[in-house]
Amino acid sequence: MSTSSVSKGCFVFKPTAKKKRSLTLEDYFTDGCEDAENSDVRFQLCQHLWDRIKTDTEILQDELNRNVLDSLLDLTRKCSSTRQHGDWASKMRASEIPTAALVLGVNVPDHDMTFQSLSELLQQSVTPYVASVQAKECGTLKHLMKRVLERLTGAVVVVDDEEEEEEAEQLHKSAHCSLGTLCDWYDAKTKKSSTGTPGKKRTSPAKDEQQQPPVVIIFKDLEAFNPRVLQNFILICSLYVQRLPLMFIFGIATSPSTVQHMLPHSVSSLLCIQLFQSLSCTQHLATVIDKLILTHNFPFKLSGRVMQVLISIFLYHDFSVRNFIKGIQLALLEHFHSQPLSVLCCKKKEARLNLMQLSHANVERVRKLPSFKRYVEKQEQQEQVNLLQDDGHLKEVCQKLMKDLHKYHKNYYPVLRCLHTLTSTLPRYPLGKQIRELHLICLEKNVWENEDYQSAMKLLKMLAKDELIALLQRCAENLQTVKSKKMNAAFVQLEELLAKFKQLDTAAAAVETVPTVVESITSPVKNLQKKTDLFQLQKTLLEMNESLRSKKRSPFEVLRNEALEFIDGLVRSHLSPPESQTLNEVCYFSSSATVRRHLNATPRTSIQSALSSPYYYIQNDNLKTEDGSVSNAAPDICIAYKLHLECGRLINLYDWLEAYATVVSAAEGKDQESDEFGKVDEVKHARFIRAVSELEFLGFIKSTKQKTDHVARLTWGGC
Amino acid sequence: MTSVLQHPGYDEEKLRRVTEQTPCREAQTGLLLSLMGQPQQYSYPSIFVYGHRASGKSHVMQVLLKELELPHATISCVECVSNALLFEKMLLSLFGCEAASLLPRTPSLSDFVRVYRHQCVDSPATQTRYIVMEKAELLRDADVNLLPALLRLQELVDDNLTVILLSEITWDKFRPNTGCYEPLVLHFPDYSKGDLQQILSRDSHPSYSADFYSSYINILLGVFYSVCRDLRELHHLAALNFSKFCEPLAEGKVKESDTHKLWRNIEPHLKKAMQTVYLREVSSLQWEQMQQMEEKEAGALKGLSAHTHVELPYYSKFLLIAAYLASYNPARTDKRFFLKHHGKIKKTNFLKKNEKTSNHLLGPKPFPLDRLLAVFYSVVDSRVAPSASIFSQISSLVTLQLLTQVSHDDQLDAPKYKCAVSLDFISAISRTVNFDIVKYLYDFL
Repeated sequence: MSTSSVSKGCFVFKPTAKKKRSLTLEDYFTDGCEDAENSDVRFQLCQHLWDRIKTDTEILQDELNRNVLDSLLDLTRKCSSTRQHGDWASKMRASEIPTAALVLGVNVPDHDMTFQSLSELLQQSVTPYVASVQAKECGTLKHLMKRVLERLTGAVVVVDDEEEEEEAEQLHKSAHCSLGTLCDWYDAKTKKSSTGTPGKKRTSPAKDEQQQPPVVIIFKDLEAFNPRVLQNFILICSLYVQRLPLMFIFGIATSPSTVQHMLPHSVSSLLCIQLFQSLSCTQHLATVIDKLILTHNFPFKLSGRVMQVLISIFLYHDFSVRNFIKGIQLALLEHFHSQPLSVLCCKKKEARLNLMQLSHANVERVRKLPSFKRYVEKQEQQEQVNLLQDDGHLKEVCQKLMKDLHKYHKNYYPVLRCLHTLTSTLPRYPLGKQIRELHLICLEKNVWENEDYQSAMKLLKMLAKDELIALLQRCAENLQTVKSKKMNAAFVQLEELLAKFKQLDTAAAAVETVPTVVESITSPVKNLQKKTDLFQLQKTLLEMNESLRSKKRSPFEVLRNEALEFIDGLVRSHLSPPESQTLNEVCYFSSSATVRRHLNATPRTSIQSALSSPYYYIQNDNLKTEDGSVSNAAPDICIAYKLHLECGRLINLYDWLEAYATVVSAAEGKDQESDEFGKVDEVKHARFIRAVSELEFLGFIKSTKQKTDHVARLTWGGC
Repeated sequence: MTSVLQHPGYDEEKLRRVTEQTPCREAQTGLLLSLMGQPQQYSYPSIFVYGHRASGKSHVMQVLLKELELPHATISCVECVSNALLFEKMLLSLFGCEAASLLPRTPSLSDFVRVYRHQCVDSPATQTRYIVMEKAELLRDADVNLLPALLRLQELVDDNLTVILLSEITWDKFRPNTGCYEPLVLHFPDYSKGDLQQILSRDSHPSYSADFYSSYINILLGVFYSVCRDLRELHHLAALNFSKFCEPLAEGKVKESDTHKLWRNIEPHLKKAMQTVYLREVSSLQWEQMQQMEEKEAGALKGLSAHTHVELPYYSKFLLIAAYLASYNPARTDKRFFLKHHGKIKKTNFLKKNEKTSNHLLGPKPFPLDRLLAVFYSVVDSRVAPSASIFSQISSLVTLQLLTQVSHDDQLDAPKYKCAVSLDFISAISRTVNFDIVKYLYDFL
């Protein structure tokens, strides 16, 4: 049941009758997995890592949304409290429905999570009455009303006792849902809870507040709603706003002005709209990359190509962070599924254990790794033999190598951050604005050989003192947090440099040498103001230039160069690309083609490649041809497709049929000289018609009225 | 003071209360009362009341029916999404919930009439019953027989019943093709400035004197009356700006009677409010916040329409640009813009008669999907694989209402779209991808 081919299509496997037991996730993982023996370990590791990624991203999302959500919660609380105050101003405004317009950006798939946490938070802290509706389930006003009522009353049924259940049933039994019924229900609900507490009957105003929790209705995708439906719904709600403390939340994907496009003034004047802006998705992605990818805590790594694919899908296609994480998940699964040595892709201790238990076959796999081969070649003769023959020795060496790999990662990220802090503020961003761009450059090849790196360094050498000091200080902060010997040493060195910079300050202040230099330069400038002669001006400017050039480098410049050389040294020793590291294949997933194929499917290309090279799909050797032409034994549709490529915009059906019959007769092995050859019989005719209609179905041709017995081609090009 | 309403058959005390609650609508109330006659007398079968928004139609009706304690049903036509709901509400408010439950699940008009007649036998009308239909213009979209039937409901149910229709548009727009019973038409004219002054002054702030509030309203009307005569809007504005008006008073700088100083203080605020709040660009809550922090950073808050920037993925931007070009350029000119060797085609001999007017004035034209993709591939600079996500981006642009699908949803073959964004929007988008859209637009050639 192998289905690997140039381009994946959709395959239907009818389940065999024997396999009745339901398969667990693990079975799916093990099935068709490279090297089944340690597949369970790999599955565990993969599962574990994925769980971590999932929880981490969820926490991250919550943190990022916290600001917006908190202010939203405040708004709802305020709404419910001002309603009960009953002072003059709020009485005058009582007919307005408080509305929050939440601008979330165009990455609609990500919104679900935000709304989920929003409604959970609301339910926990403000009100039990929250209903969220989506446009696709509310085509008409009746449906919208029904959904709102169901969500509001139904949600309570789940929480509370049987008593309410009957009530709810009655509600559903009545044929019409109107807000009137909702009001009655709400009154019953709130009254019941107030009289339900025995003894105390409305003693404190604080308690009163709780008895009137607002009813929140969330419109998840405002743009997709039918404007008429929405307008009418708002009109109806405004009729009841005195009895029912309603509140709306609009989820807006584009821009807040859509509210005005959708609602006329007579309707929007019923709302009191407050605007909330959530974090932009690019910032969100940046934090996710920062937390998930630019850290040594996750043993699983993506190669530059894969990162490139995922990021370009994000930037060019969907702006969806959720899809980005799904992409990482796919890469993760694929890595553990296809790479048997991924057992070593875990924490240091586990990796050591797993390494010890490596089977002979897997040890052979290690020997075949290109990075390991390179490593072996560098060793001495005797060591080479040992490595290639002695499994135990190899395991020991591998242990050391794995340790080195861990160390490499531990040093890589802090240095990367340092370099980024230095270069991200430079004019025109030679090494990219975002850290992910720099990361991609570093993953590809030695960054210091890059032209942009050189120009960045040149720019850095021109920085002013205070700027440079500020940047270096931020670098030091980056290094400080890392627990690694080398980084600690680097931190100490950097601190020393910073101290020297500061000494320079005090020294300059004490000796006052600087002013004299400045004076010598500025004095001609002062003279300039008096004389306006052009020739004089040129002369003085040239003089100034020479004096600047001949002047010795100031101590600051010396120190600046020293600092930058130190940074350069850090970069050279720690930012080499991962491919240069031995055993990098264990941690790095590099098959970008797989990821692209799965995440950015190209249906048209697959159909075309299937039609032009059926061999890959049918896996029949007879169909294999060398020069890219289609063998005449190929399926009818392939032959018809191939022939139609040779035609112009209009295809004469009869010519096409003739050509087809000739090709098919050749396949039947008929004698070229005989009369029968190339003749159209009924069977061939029928087969041809079927092939043509299949092509029409796939959208390659269509019938036309321009010419009789012709069809029009719908694709360009051809042979 | 205006004269108190007088009509035989009603308690004078009640009539006095009605007069009190309906200021500046004495003539209309009186006319309505005389139409209604004494409680037990039969009234005219249907009355059609029209007038602009916030001219007191519903209010007068409510006050009359409530204060005089007449049996009535008030129904808003927006709310009644189906006839069933409408009938149920009528029966519910006239006869109670048992009657309403007698209706079958999807009642027809004759079901309603049957149930009504049945109820009438048990409780015959001693007084005229009233059914008030608010926003009656929506009845035109309901079943064709509903409006004619409501107009002569008195005859159908054989009961002392009057239907009153309230609407913002004239009766001429209602009249069905098939003809119907003509109701009595009653017009509610707009309030005059004096009327507005009188009505708005009624809800004065409890902690200030009525005269003070009335002088405030006077100032407010002086600023806003030339642009807005909608009572609701004015009411909203009055509520919003009052606290600002009182500010110097609270600080003790000015006395209540010093109107001139108060006017000097409030006038700039009102002018500013005219720019933003009137169209509800800025909500009342935001306006209040703005007033509080005014001294620090005025103008930090922008109206809703100021936020028009939309962040889009790279290819979506190009798809939108392609859609815009396809919508506003005639299809014949695509060759001119997107082919390398198009030859010299001058605009003058290229024009057809109807194309002489600007395409931007005519609005976007529909275009098929193939044309969109063809333009897209010639506009976008890199080679793009025709992947599934490109196609799904088109449909997400449709849900974001940046494109609109012209053909029916079910039509899978060659769907047609229109571009729904403005020139400003698309220029902003194309600027972010360094694409000079004006060079590709036929109108600007």
